[in-house]
Amino acid sequence: MDLSAINPVLFIAGFLVAATPLIFAAIGELVVEKSGTLNLGVEGMMITGAICGFAIAVETGSPLLGFVAAAVGGALLSLLFAFLTQITLANQVASGLALTLFGLGLSSLLGQSYVGIKPPRLGDINFGPLADIPVIGPILFTHDIILYLGFLLVAAVWAVLKFTRAGLVLRAVGESHDAAHALGYKVVRIRTLAIMFGGACAGVGGAYISLIRVPQWTEGMTAGVGWIALALVVFASWKPWRLLLGAYLFGGITQLQLNLQGAGVAIPVEYLAMSPYVITIVVLVILSRDKSAAPASLGRTFHAST
Amino acid sequence: MKFGKLLAGATLALGLATSAYADGHEKTKVGFVFVGPIGDGGWTYEHNKGREAVEAEFGDAVETVYVENVAEGPDSERVMTQMALDGADLIFTTSFGYMDPTINVAKKFPDVKFEHATGYKRADNVSTYSARFYEGRAIQGHIAGSMTKSNIIGYIGSYPIPEVIRGINSAFIHARKVNPDVQFKIVWAYTWFDPAKEADAAKVLIEQGADVILQHTDSTAPQAAAQEAGNVITFGQASDMSQYAPMPRVSSIIDDWAPYYIARTKAVMDGTWESTDTWDGIGAGMVGIGEISDAVPADVKEQALAMKAALADGSYHAFTGPLKKQDGSDFLAEGETADDGTLAGMNFYVEGLEGDIPQ
Repeated sequence: MDLSAINPVLFIAGFLVAATPLIFAAIGELVVEKSGTLNLGVEGMMITGAICGFAIAVETGSPLLGFVAAAVGGALLSLLFAFLTQITLANQVASGLALTLFGLGLSSLLGQSYVGIKPPRLGDINFGPLADIPVIGPILFTHDIILYLGFLLVAAVWAVLKFTRAGLVLRAVGESHDAAHALGYKVVRIRTLAIMFGGACAGVGGAYISLIRVPQWTEGMTAGVGWIALALVVFASWKPWRLLLGAYLFGGITQLQLNLQGAGVAIPVEYLAMSPYVITIVVLVILSRDKSAAPASLGRTFHAST
Repeated sequence: MKFGKLLAGATLALGLATSAYADGHEKTKVGFVFVGPIGDGGWTYEHNKGREAVEAEFGDAVETVYVENVAEGPDSERVMTQMALDGADLIFTTSFGYMDPTINVAKKFPDVKFEHATGYKRADNVSTYSARFYEGRAIQGHIAGSMTKSNIIGYIGSYPIPEVIRGINSAFIHARKVNPDVQFKIVWAYTWFDPAKEADAAKVLIEQGADVILQHTDSTAPQAAAQEAGNVITFGQASDMSQYAPMPRVSSIIDDWAPYYIARTKAVMDGTWESTDTWDGIGAGMVGIGEISDAVPADVKEQALAMKAALADGSYHAFTGPLKKQDGSDFLAEGETADDGTLAGMNFYVEGLEGDIPQ
């Protein structure tokens, strides 16, 4: 065993990167579910965002444009889900699963000619002297802009949901769409916007994997992150800060167990390998002992006539 | 991931409905069950090239079907069953974890031939086939041991099964031979295909000082991670991965399944198919060594090529004594070589490797 082989600074910097795709996908889905819609297509929107972002970044040479394209791609795909569930009133679970299927297929089609290409690198933000602070500098101030954006997004979603009228309306739609409708709010429009926001976030999360975390394009490369994001929203009881905590826990322990394995720590590897899932779930379940419940209208179909 | 399989399952079911009318199909139908996507750039990509070679060889006389991203374990049984019901005459199941499902499904369909890759359980209608990847690992170990400056070699394992352990041992033996100070750091990813996790594992190993990364997972993600880090060398796994040459990828192990798939399909067509156990290496061409790039010093390259030639003509065996097991007990005496039975069931590290094999 050689714990000194683990560099804590690199480790923490590493897990912030590992958690970012999860944060984006999950915070988007949180908003969608707060509006009373269950979109199981996160994985499909992520992988679509991953290839849209990758392709545009390669073609234009600009990773930032890639992320914009990823958001647009994810949002466009989610519009399909919005059309199915909000206009034609199709079952949300089935439509979400279909969206994942469709996204996986579409992305491997779009990605045919991008295998084995190296994408342009998104540089780290230059914080000047801040990055030179020992320990804290390399951990906090040597990342790309998208990582900080993920953190800010969580804060923004929290603030909007808690303090603004728009957030109140969104929550009202999610709790009782009939009441919200009776008050004159456009339930379908609000939900559609929430779904598009979720799609855009998932797309950016996917692109973070293909442009920064790996960085390459491989078919099916999100490999289930979308499903973890979905689970995270539930275990975090639809609360943004808990979601952030859960994502950091999950990313952190995933990185930690790889580090411990590399250092040859004498804990059986199979326990290490399952630890991110177990610990994240246990912590979030303990936190959610209070009476926080799912939005009351979650997954229910709304039609103005009923 | 799982849902890609569902879709494929639905497609198969649809095929089933239509093929029920066409009784006594003329075409030989060959099915393939894949553990990852055909675009993984590694393991599944090469199996799919083998499938395409079968189609190119026999043209209209065969029909091939495949299902990607099939999880190992019970899920795969359903996929195989559907393929068999759909009229497949021959089914290749291309991952170690399909072993028991293949045997189970084969019992239910005695007239369908099954071929399981990298396993060791056979039946009257189940053959096994594998390649001696460990021969390629020996060459990688030699190059890695010669080129490492930090004397730390990172190894990304998938699952602790004999095939993977054999590779670790073979690489380690040959790395130590040229460099007695070399150490292996082994990380088990518990997945065959998860680019993000594979990349993370590679990064962690590099952060811990490794300047050579060997992988036994299917995607090219570790190559991308090594390229990011710079000054780290890697080897293509299962496929050439030449898009990462000359650095970080300095060589590769290439699986060439096409001749085998063509021969076995032909045997089914001729009615001469029998249950066999095939385990071919560099000599038979099932294992190829990708071009050794210029990043490798000329003398090391020469030695590697000499080892390749000796492995190919059988004058050298990758597991040649004297060798001890990790616990210090004797494994092979001076000049003795490991027999196939020992290799097939290898569940121990050789002397010098640190850590325990997960049980």
